Amino acid sequence: MAEHLIEVKNLKQYFNVGKSSEVRAIDDISFSIKRGETFGLVGESGCGKSTTGRTMIRLYDATAGQVLYDGLDVHAPKSQSENQTLNRKMQMIFQDPYASLNPRMKVLDIIAEGLDIHGLVKTKKERKERVIELLETVGLNREHAERYPHEFSGGQRQRIGIARALAVDPEFIIADEPISALDVSIQAQVVNLLKELQEEKGLTYLFIAHDLSMVKYISDRIGVMYFGKLVEMAPADELYRNPMHAYTKSLLSAIPLPDPIYERSRVRHPYNPKDHQYGPDEKVEFREIAPEHFVLCSEKEFKEMQAARM
Amino acid sequence: MRNEFEHEQLPQEEFERITIDSDQAERIEKPSLSFWQDAWLRLRKNKAAVVSVVVLLLFLILALIGPHLNGHAGDAQNLRHANLPPKIPGIEKMGIFDGVGNLAGKKVDLYEMKKVDEYYWFGTDGLGRDLFTRLWLGTQVSLFIAFVAAAIDMVIGVAYGGISGYYGGRTDDIMQRIVEILIGIPTLVVVILMIMIMDPGIMAIIIAISITGWIGMSRIVRAQTLKYKSQEFVLASRTLGSKDGKIITKHLLPNMLGIIIINTMFTIPNAIFFEAFLSFIGIGLQAPDASLGTLINDGYKVMEHQPYMLLFPALVISILMIAFNLIGDGLRDALDPKMKD
Repeated sequence: MAEHLIEVKNLKQYFNVGKSSEVRAIDDISFSIKRGETFGLVGESGCGKSTTGRTMIRLYDATAGQVLYDGLDVHAPKSQSENQTLNRKMQMIFQDPYASLNPRMKVLDIIAEGLDIHGLVKTKKERKERVIELLETVGLNREHAERYPHEFSGGQRQRIGIARALAVDPEFIIADEPISALDVSIQAQVVNLLKELQEEKGLTYLFIAHDLSMVKYISDRIGVMYFGKLVEMAPADELYRNPMHAYTKSLLSAIPLPDPIYERSRVRHPYNPKDHQYGPDEKVEFREIAPEHFVLCSEKEFKEMQAARM
Repeated sequence: MRNEFEHEQLPQEEFERITIDSDQAERIEKPSLSFWQDAWLRLRKNKAAVVSVVVLLLFLILALIGPHLNGHAGDAQNLRHANLPPKIPGIEKMGIFDGVGNLAGKKVDLYEMKKVDEYYWFGTDGLGRDLFTRLWLGTQVSLFIAFVAAAIDMVIGVAYGGISGYYGGRTDDIMQRIVEILIGIPTLVVVILMIMIMDPGIMAIIIAISITGWIGMSRIVRAQTLKYKSQEFVLASRTLGSKDGKIITKHLLPNMLGIIIINTMFTIPNAIFFEAFLSFIGIGLQAPDASLGTLINDGYKVMEHQPYMLLFPALVISILMIAFNLIGDGLRDALDPKMKD
């Protein structure tokens, strides 16, 4: 058993390759996630966070690079049974609780979809019992099984989505902005549920979000993405205490706090990629500034940052 | 000064401490309704649609049993009984449908004059065929053509649009270019050419109507497929390991069914109308077969002297068209209440 459950190596995801409209949604990123850890992925809209998650779970075929799950390349061609096992081990929670549940299906059938596909239950009765068990795990009632998604609130729907993902007993869950469409009071509910489930079942999360305070709360380590590139990666506390990359600093300066005195003096640092002024022969790489703290920088910047840390 | 807003002290014992039952917090009071139950409730409230359904059922029954009601065969010619006006037992005494018609400007009881004892409820045509029987035979044929054409449109349209939208990419490009070429040719030209190649008859008309009729449906289905295939519930199903077939039958089709039904309900009256139009201009059904179109064509030639020959088929086709359209409207309001599609 490797220490890292997930290893992403030089992953690239381009759309419309070779055309003038080519989009480099993910441009050569590498990171790894340890077993039982929560890895947060933050960045602004359109920076490739969701694409990263979707490529990892094979909703897209990667343009280049590898995603290793427990040493197994998920994008390589595999046998039917290997594919099935991988589908069970990796699951996803989606962003929009209003679009992620089929409006024509009962909650029972939505949650049981994974059970049916993988043949995890033998009888109708067992199927229903398992669904009710899952509903109760996520804090819903047994009577909810016979209802349709439109009868639920956003938070309840999101919990149904979580129950669906849990149905196949996954080890790794990609949570693609699971709370961004929810009310703040409900956000805490869902995040706490995710944390509880992690402790109970030893789950590993990739938590994608743009709400920095929530990411800090749930994540062990955080990666910051900017335009398809990972610009900084560090343990959560370290990232918040010592942001190194200019973009991370800018991102952190944008967090509002419910404190009028602090807010009056808060200065936002806008980020302009041109400020780096990289020379043509400078190598911009992911460099380890402190243990476990990586920053995308040039040799010159690397030295400056290290000096600043001292 | 006394504060006028000062409240009276509320007695302590009036309050009772209650605790929140967390089980109750997640409860939903409303009875659970499926999409189709909900749609049925809405459709039932729409009076015009309900009346239309009743009228349509009545016409369907009449089209099936009508030709056998009065004992006259639809193609039996009896020149002695030609051009008789309508005469209905019972109603004849009220001064209408009493067999009185115009003859050389004078009102005469033609039944008496021609010594006809039988009753022709809707009169007879120039060959002495019973128009009541022919009317319902014609309705039968028209409805049959309409239903079959609509069903073919639906099957081809859904399959074509679904494949084009679901597989996308190059498949979609090629299939859509073909549709664009097809839609560029005027329908009537295609239809007339088709009918000239084939023997005129029911099959020819059905093929002629279907050959371009499915395009509308295929475009709607393609758009819907494109909309739904990237929805998160489909992605979720895919991450769970669903195959394409399962995604299409369990996730895409149930969500598109409403709009497919609505569109079919509007295709049927169009097909009836188109068949009538083809028969009216003389390239549709050939004698002695009757359809609403041929009956109207026959009636319109003698409109001035025997208006009843035009009146009944015209009424039937109008009522059918209105009923189908009202049902279609009602279904749209019921299945798509937010008018999203």
